[in-house]
Amino acid sequence: MPMVQLKKTPLPALDPIQRRLGFQEVSLGYSPTQALAEAQRCLLCQEPNCEAGCPVGVPIRDFIKLIAEGKPLEAVRAIKQVNSLPAICGRVCPQEHQCELKCVIKGKQEPVAIGALERFVADYELAHQGAQTSVNGYHRNLVNSLPGKPTAKVAVVGSGPASLTAAGDLARTGYHVTLFEALHVPGGVLMYGIPEFRLPKSIVAAEINKLREQGVEIQCNTVIGRTITIDQLMHEMGFGAVFIGSGAGSPKFMGIPGENLKGVYSANEFLTRINLMKANRFPEFDTPVKKGQRVVVVGAGDTAMDVVRTAIRVGAREAYIVYRRTEKEMTARIEDYHHAAEEGALFQWLTNPVRLVGSDDGWVRGMECIRMELGSPDESGRRRPLPVAGSEFLMEVDTVVMALGTNPNPTVSQSTQDLVSDRYGHIKADPATGATSKPGVFAGGDVVTGSATVILAAGAGKRSAQAIHQYLNERRKAPTAGAPAVGC
Amino acid sequence: MAIIVEKRDLTPITSLFEVNAPLIARNAQPGQFVMIRVNQQGERIPVTITDSNRSKGLVTIVVQVVGKTTHLLRSLERGDRILDFVGPLGRPVELPKHGQAALVGGGFGTGAILSLAKELAARGVEVCSIIGARTRDLIILEKEVRASSDHTYLCTDDGSQGFHGFVTGQLEALVRAGMAFDQVVAIGPIAMMRAVAETTRPLGIKTQVSMDPIMVDGTGMCGACRLTVDGQLKFACVDGPFFDAHQVNFAEAIVRSKTYAEEERAALTTAVAAGG
Repeated sequence: MPMVQLKKTPLPALDPIQRRLGFQEVSLGYSPTQALAEAQRCLLCQEPNCEAGCPVGVPIRDFIKLIAEGKPLEAVRAIKQVNSLPAICGRVCPQEHQCELKCVIKGKQEPVAIGALERFVADYELAHQGAQTSVNGYHRNLVNSLPGKPTAKVAVVGSGPASLTAAGDLARTGYHVTLFEALHVPGGVLMYGIPEFRLPKSIVAAEINKLREQGVEIQCNTVIGRTITIDQLMHEMGFGAVFIGSGAGSPKFMGIPGENLKGVYSANEFLTRINLMKANRFPEFDTPVKKGQRVVVVGAGDTAMDVVRTAIRVGAREAYIVYRRTEKEMTARIEDYHHAAEEGALFQWLTNPVRLVGSDDGWVRGMECIRMELGSPDESGRRRPLPVAGSEFLMEVDTVVMALGTNPNPTVSQSTQDLVSDRYGHIKADPATGATSKPGVFAGGDVVTGSATVILAAGAGKRSAQAIHQYLNERRKAPTAGAPAVGC
Repeated sequence: MAIIVEKRDLTPITSLFEVNAPLIARNAQPGQFVMIRVNQQGERIPVTITDSNRSKGLVTIVVQVVGKTTHLLRSLERGDRILDFVGPLGRPVELPKHGQAALVGGGFGTGAILSLAKELAARGVEVCSIIGARTRDLIILEKEVRASSDHTYLCTDDGSQGFHGFVTGQLEALVRAGMAFDQVVAIGPIAMMRAVAETTRPLGIKTQVSMDPIMVDGTGMCGACRLTVDGQLKFACVDGPFFDAHQVNFAEAIVRSKTYAEEERAALTTAVAAGG
C-alpha cells in the first residue's frame, strides 16, 4: 500500500517577482507525472459527491479514472460530453466552492485537485491534437439525417462562455450557426475581462478557432438590438432560432459621493482598457489608462482580484482590496486570492467606502472608509456587515476601481418588444431550456442569472443548444403549424 | 471593415465621409452614433451619424481633428477602409411632432444636427437652425442645413459672417423676436451646450443636448461615459447620448472629459510629427 498523500500535488506557479514584470500565466499546470500522482489520490467513489457539487455535472470520477489509467485524451472527451470549455473552466471555476468542496477525502486530507486535473487534460489535448475537432462528433450532422429542410440557421448573440458552448454544440449538430459579437474581437468576458495571467488568450483563441473549423461564422462589430434586431434576424435574415448569451456587462457603482472623480473606474473599464485595448502599452497602443501608484479596488470577487493583480503589474506601489465583509465571505477563487497576496496585494477587510475626496482639478485623492462588523446572517446566508460608529478613516489613493458586480446589458431587451425581462434587466428564461417569452428565442448565462460563473454560463449554453435543436425539430415536423408556444 | 466611398474636406480640419455600411444605414435613426477604430493599435471613439442613406447603404460622418484618432481618420481617402465601424448606437433622439424647434450646432456639431433637421422637416415641424463657428472658414454644411431648415442663422465669434457672437446670442434674439420654440436641441462643444442650457433654462424651453463623453466600448459595458443627470447615474452610450440639458451636471462632465488631456495632446503631437 503506497503512502497516502495528504495534500494536493502542488500546482507549479510562476515566481511572484517574475509575475510583476508582465502578464504571463501564473498557474503553470501539472506535468503528466504530477497529474498521474494527483489522479491516484482519488478514491473513485461509488457515488461521487464531487459530481453533485459541479453545476453542470461533469463526470469527474470517470475522467480522473481515465487520467489514472494514462488516457488523458479519453478523459477530456468524457468532460466535453458535458462541458465544452474544460481548458477555461479548469482555470477559472471556483472549485473550492463546488466539486472540491464535496470531495469525500476533504477534511482528513486536502480534496483532490479536480480543477487542476481538468485543466491538465484540456491542455494536453490542445498540445497533442491542436484544435482538431475530435470531440462530440457523436451527433455531427444529426440534422441532415432528419426529414424536412436540410439545414437551419441559428443566430448566437454574444461570444462569451454561454454563446461559445451553444454555438459549438449547434454547429456539431449540423446547424448553420452565426455568432454575433459587439466588440472587434470574439470571446466576451474571456477576452476583455479575465486577464492573460489567469486565462491566456491563446486558450480562448483556440476555442474560437475550433468553432470556425466547425463552420461557425463569426461576425464581430455587430450589436444585436442595434445593428440588427432580433426580429430582423428571424424575419428578414432567415434565422430559425436565436440564442442570447450577451452576458451581464453593465457595471455597478456604489452611489457614494465622488464616484465620478477622475481616476475612478469600473472594473470593466479598467480591465477592458488593459486586456482588450492594451492601454498598459500606451503610446504604442492609442488607448490610455492612468497607471495609479496607490490603487484601491472595492470588492472581493474574482474580478476584484483580477483588477488588483493587474494594477500591480502596471506599476502600482500599493494596491488594496477593500471589502465590507471578511476573507471568509469573499467570493474570489482561493488560488487567485493567494496569488494576489503573494504578488503584494494588501487587504482591508470589514471596511466600506463612504465617500471619495478629490483634488481641486477633480482627481480622486482620498477614500473615506468606515470599519464594519458582522451581524446576523442576511438573505444570502452570509453575516450582514454593519458600520462601526465613529470608525471613519481616510485612505490616500490616486486610483479607485469599483468591482461590485454587473447588471445585464439593456440593449437586447430594450430593442425587443416581446422579450420579457425582470426589473433589473435579466431576461426571463426557463432554467431547463433557456426558452424565453418570445418563440424561437432562447437565452442563457449572465444575461439571465446576473453575474455568475463561466461554468454556469457554459451549462446554460449547452442546455439551450439541446432545446433549440428540439424546437427546430418540432417545427420541421409541423412546418405549417407555426411557432409552438415555448413559454417560460 | 467599412469602405469610404466619398470624402469631402469641409474646412482645413474637418472632413465629411460617406462610408459603405448597409446594416448600419438600414437601422440608423437621427441622433445615433458609431464607434470607430482605425487600426490594430487604435482606440475606439464615438462619432455621430450625420446622415444615412438606406437604399444606397451609406452612412455619412463628419470628422474634425481633435486628437490622434481623428487625425488618422481624416487622413483616410476615398477607397480606404475603416477597420472597425460599429453602430448605430445610442438611443435615437426624441423629437417633437409639430410646432417650432431650434437646432443649434456649434463647430463640427453642425454635422450632427443635419439628420435631426431632415427628420423634423419630414414631420412638418418648423425648423430654425443656428450654426456657429469661431470664424467663417470653419462653418460647415451650411447648404445642406439650409435645405432642411425653414430658417438658418449663421454665427461667428469674430463676426466674419452672420451674427457676431455666440449661438446663444442668436437664440436669445430669435426668442425676443417672437419665435416660440417648443424644443431646442444643441450639439457641439460641451461649453456651448452648457451655455445653451443656461440660456433656455430661464425661458422654460425644453432643451436636449447630445453628450459626447469619453467612451471605451460604446455599448454599455465600461461606464467611462457616466454622467450625472437629475442626480442619477447615466451612461451616455446606452441611456443617451441625448439628455435634458437642464438636468445634466455639466461641471462634472467637463472635468471628466479632460481625464486624458495630457495623453491626448502627446499622442496627437507625435502623430502629426510622424506625418501619419
